[in-house]
Amino acid sequence: MQRSLKVYLVLMAIAAPVLIASAAVQPPPPSDDEVNAIAHQLYCPVCENVPLDVCPTQACAQWRATIRDKLAQGWSEAQIKDYFVEQYGERVLATPPARGLNWLVYVLPPAAFLAGAFVLYRAFRSWGQNSEPLVPTAPDADGDPYVARLEEELRRRS
Amino acid sequence: MTDKSALEAVVPPRPVQWGVILVWVLVLGLLAVVGLGLIRTQQGNIGVGARAPDFQLTTFSGSTVDMADLGGKVVVVNFWASWCIPCEQEAVELETAHQQFKDQGVVFLGVNYVDTESEALAYLDRFGITYDNGPDLGTRISQAFRIRGVPETYIVGRDGRLAHVKIGPYESLSEIQTAVNASMEE
Repeated sequence: MQRSLKVYLVLMAIAAPVLIASAAVQPPPPSDDEVNAIAHQLYCPVCENVPLDVCPTQACAQWRATIRDKLAQGWSEAQIKDYFVEQYGERVLATPPARGLNWLVYVLPPAAFLAGAFVLYRAFRSWGQNSEPLVPTAPDADGDPYVARLEEELRRRS
Repeated sequence: MTDKSALEAVVPPRPVQWGVILVWVLVLGLLAVVGLGLIRTQQGNIGVGARAPDFQLTTFSGSTVDMADLGGKVVVVNFWASWCIPCEQEAVELETAHQQFKDQGVVFLGVNYVDTESEALAYLDRFGITYDNGPDLGTRISQAFRIRGVPETYIVGRDGRLAHVKIGPYESLSEIQTAVNASMEE
């Protein structure tokens, strides 16, 4: 009995460093935060307008599990996003890549903002220039052909 | 001198306002893009009589099925997903129909929509499905058919035109048989 105990202890002493070393090498499983950081940048085509990290459907849960698997296999964020694009198309990306017609998404809003600012600037400027004086002044008949014509008509009829 | 010409002589012509033109072009361009998007969204599924889209399906086993190679055959294209509960309702019936029609020039194809491979394979195994199935890579096939969800089934006639469209699950085996038989006769 004592002998078998000694053998067991010797074996444990030999195996312990190996077990500890292998446990130390194995990376920890991906956390929910790591999974959600990538899931937040993806949208499932089935659940429109709901980011993958908060989407409650079974399809989205499967996708999150896929992200976790890929992270555990050592895939980078870019590799995982490329994988999802390859599998499900570019529409899964929260921010579409800047190419083709997608450029409109990046160009139009700032262009519209700048155009709006320009229109407002012009409008404010013209209001400032055309603001009516507080005391009305008599129309200048010499400078305005309509006023001159009107006065001529009035003179003829009186 | 007329009134108009008198006015033109007094008031100088306004300069071309390129800024305003640019704004209008941008607004109209934006409206055109939004309008095209809305038209595309409202188009709905492709209907009976329309030419079936050409597509290539890479199956889970790695082989490639090309619609162009299936000319002259009736092709049953079923869109499904493992997370789709109504799809389960028709899964066994589709396989039974496949077994019945496979020697009569009818090809069944399963297009796995927005799914993960492991779950899809488990689904196929669970329902004993043996006809060709593959993922809809990049959702290209579903976009070509303009599907709205799963399950949806499109039966392509021998002439390459859609002979039958089923939105939602088939209620029974006889419903599938009726649809396939009608498509074979067309």
